[in-house]
Amino acid sequence: MPNDNTSPKILVFSTDKISDPGIDQAGLRKIHYSPSVYVINMPCSSGVKPRWILHAFEKGFDGVFIAADGHECSYSASCPERTNDIIIASQKLMAEKNINPKRIRMAALCSVCAEPFVSHMENFSKILAGLEE
Amino acid sequence: MRQRIGVYICHCGGNISDYVDVEELSKMFHKEDGVVVSKDVMFACADSNQKAMVEDIQQYNLDAIVVASCSPKLHLHTFRAVAGRAGLNPNNYVQVNIREQCSWPHSDRPREATVKAAGLIRAGINRVVYSEALDSIEIEVKKAAMVIGAGISGMKAAIDLARAGNEVYLVEKDYFVGGHIAQQEKLFMTGQSGKEIVKRLYDEMKSYKNITVFTGATVSKVTGSLGSFNIEVKVKPRFINGKMDKQSVKRVMDDCQVTVRDRFNEGLTTRKAIYKNYPEALPDVPVVDMEALRDHPDFLEKHKAVINPNEQEETIALLAGSVLVTTGFDNYEPKEGEFGYKNIPNVITLPQLNRLMELSPEKLVYNGKEIRSVAFIYCVGSRQKKGENKYCSRQCCTSTIYTALQLKEKYGKIQNYHLYRDIRTYGKQEILYDRASKQGDLFFKYEEKELPTVEMNGNAITLKVKDYLTNKKELEITPDLVVLVTGMVARADAPHISELFKIPIGNDKFFNEIHPKLKPVETVIKGVYIGGTCQGPKNVSEAVQSSLAGASKITALLKSGTVMGDPVVARIDADVCTWCGKCAEVCDYTAIRETITKAGKHIAGVNRSVCTGCGICAPVCPVNAIEVAKYTDHEIEAMIDGFAAEVEIREEDVSAVNEGKEDFVAAHMKEYPQIWKDILDTLDTEKKTIPEMVDTLNMAPEMVTWHLMTMNKYGVVSPAGTNDKEEYYYYKIK
Ligand SMILES: Cc1cc2nc3c(=O)[nH]c(=O)nc-3n(C[C@H](O)[C@H](O)[C@H](O)COP(=O)(O)OP(=O)(O)OC[C@H]3O[C@@H](n4cnc5c(N)ncnc54)[C@H](O)[C@@H]3O)c2cc1C
Ligand code: SF4
Ligand code: SF4
Ligand code: SF4
Repeated sequence: MPNDNTSPKILVFSTDKISDPGIDQAGLRKIHYSPSVYVINMPCSSGVKPRWILHAFEKGFDGVFIAADGHECSYSASCPERTNDIIIASQKLMAEKNINPKRIRMAALCSVCAEPFVSHMENFSKILAGLEE
Repeated sequence: MRQRIGVYICHCGGNISDYVDVEELSKMFHKEDGVVVSKDVMFACADSNQKAMVEDIQQYNLDAIVVASCSPKLHLHTFRAVAGRAGLNPNNYVQVNIREQCSWPHSDRPREATVKAAGLIRAGINRVVYSEALDSIEIEVKKAAMVIGAGISGMKAAIDLARAGNEVYLVEKDYFVGGHIAQQEKLFMTGQSGKEIVKRLYDEMKSYKNITVFTGATVSKVTGSLGSFNIEVKVKPRFINGKMDKQSVKRVMDDCQVTVRDRFNEGLTTRKAIYKNYPEALPDVPVVDMEALRDHPDFLEKHKAVINPNEQEETIALLAGSVLVTTGFDNYEPKEGEFGYKNIPNVITLPQLNRLMELSPEKLVYNGKEIRSVAFIYCVGSRQKKGENKYCSRQCCTSTIYTALQLKEKYGKIQNYHLYRDIRTYGKQEILYDRASKQGDLFFKYEEKELPTVEMNGNAITLKVKDYLTNKKELEITPDLVVLVTGMVARADAPHISELFKIPIGNDKFFNEIHPKLKPVETVIKGVYIGGTCQGPKNVSEAVQSSLAGASKITALLKSGTVMGDPVVARIDADVCTWCGKCAEVCDYTAIRETITKAGKHIAGVNRSVCTGCGICAPVCPVNAIEVAKYTDHEIEAMIDGFAAEVEIREEDVSAVNEGKEDFVAAHMKEYPQIWKDILDTLDTEKKTIPEMVDTLNMAPEMVTWHLMTMNKYGVVSPAGTNDKEEYYYYKIK
């Protein structure tokens, strides 16, 4: 059966203790979002390597979303800046491959942020669908 | 690489299989390379399935397993334990979340949900192929604990730790123990005197030979990690000749005429240069304030037998297996002019009023004026939408109302006015609120956007408030005293403690636990715990609960002499690393240091017992020499490949996902999962509504609802009418 799902394919990096539980909440409350959203959970969003992000694009993902802990991160007070550095480093690598920098996004999510997660996914899908490379 | 993998895909009694074709998926993965067993199971977590998994692992000699079921937050440990029981390394197990992140959020699109589940499971299989049989890191622990801060939280914890047989070092910065409660004449809810509690706890501590209390002491240096923290403590001198008897010391105190602002009395009075915080303060040895006596050489000369100006600060090195930080809070200091503070004479803070009351046994007099009416302005320095302190300080509503009750009880005719935003006398404290209303206190509600104003009119204070209880009417009060109900803020030196132990600090500047519900006293630093008000505003009972939780965590940790550390840590590829030091710069835990390999190469070395596995160092390495175990490039990239792979599912099977479903489920439901058993237990004696079950089970309402719906569908429970208000259905066992 071919996958007739045409919405953009998004890879989300979440964090074990905060944003992943937030994403679980959306499921628990049966708030629907696109089934082409796939999640990998990590200890901390500052640990995501730009090469993984590039790998996702090479494998056909349309966008990568980092669901960070923001200032709630229990590992590092400078987590938001660090995660941002990862985005910048990734965008540099993406530029070399002519990948639109808008294909990567980051936002802080909390452990009960079900609606915010879903609306982030909706907005990001819209942006991705509207991109013309 | 793992080559004999078992895959278990869970129906979750329909929670998953109503939307995801788990039977088709299990058939599909059977054909996958490396997969030896692929099964769909009714409840993966049920005992019978756990047993079957153990048998499979042994019978088929599996070297890795994947369970596709609910969120790992629920059952990661269940299946890790299954692996362990079967003799498999728990790290060769991967859990795939196809319920919270697939069947439920995509219940509207079963076909796509099945395709996504296939991707998620394939990613899990790909990942487990690269999983390593990691061994936990065994760390020796010294059976000694350091508690930092001897407020009520620290003292109670020290006693518990000592009772459990640990060596305890209690380090207190002030020269006297007790912290803030020593300033409280009476504490809600019990009416006990703070000073009496301090004395009782101090005496109890003294009865334990294994507690050493250091006062006037601070931590100056920390090295080492979980199991053996090497801690340097600096103890300030008291400048009192220890050989002198109490009488001689008292004579010198009496003779001292030099006075300075009294911090303990919140600046309301002065104290002598040789002092105790209060007469009964403990330890019972006064302190000489050398700074204050600097210009009084004659006095020092006269009393040189008692005062020893040459006494030096002492540095003591201690070894502790674990650390509990209980450094408490500071009071919010209002800014000059905030509600007239420091500009208008009779504007003081709540902590000041509490001191004033203890110092005024009969009449309440301030600035020479007898006080007959007091207006409290709540939430000063708390709940600031625009300011720094967004949080509520929790205890101050009750502290204020309790103070208002004391005012009336102690001084008779006093009129109290309360200018509040919301009254937060939660739990039993509500009784006090009720008492205050009944004794005739008047309450006015203001909003942050229209703050009350305090002005001086001649000799009198005019307080104007827009009262939201009387339709925003602007009211004027002329109280004798305005009391600012100041909140709790983090200790000014919290960043220093945070720096020493690497404890993360939150947005509110208090110390951060790992998780407020799941790991409420643990920090990301292994072996370092936090308790009491250094983690955020708390009343005494809450503060003690948290510090005692920390103490029991530490006791459990130190008990066996060794602990098993998490093997999820960073590691360096020695061939690739060039020791540029970039990773060490970003590691907040100083887990990375330069080391030299046997071959003489300078590389980054990770201290495995300190590393938290956060992975922050990994992306910054310019040559990709760092990987965190379980999050290696192989594993993550293989997962991405798994998500991306084409999925071939026969069309007719997907559309038929629900056909014949109920019969299948009924036939396969040999045993219920634990959560169903728990729900049935609550229904054992009486019918219940969902909210009632949620209360008894202490579980998310949605979780109970979904399971109950499934149980209803398969005839395990049935509705039994609605409750009186016709809001909720009752359920009973069918
Ligand atoms: C005005 C007011 C009235 C209150 N009334 C009540 C009441 O009636 N009932 C009630 O339940 N609660 C009341 N509370 C709350 C109560 O005071 C706190 O819950 C309690 O004091 C918390 O104790 P703690 O040990 O956590 O912190 P603290 O009392 O602050 O003690 C911390 C200790 O750590 C020491 N310390 C700090 N930094 C360091 C360092 N770097 N190194 C070493 N030592 C350090 C401090 O000197 C102090 O001794 C009131 C609070 C206020 C402000
Ligand atoms: S406890 Fe009451 S006074 Fe204190 S900050 Fe909260 S609402 Fe304001
Ligand atoms: S950043 Fe990389 S190359 Fe530099 S020291 Fe660390 S591991 Fe070695
Ligand atoms: S993973 Fe890296 S940054 Fe994080 S604690 Fe370990 S060594 Fe430090």
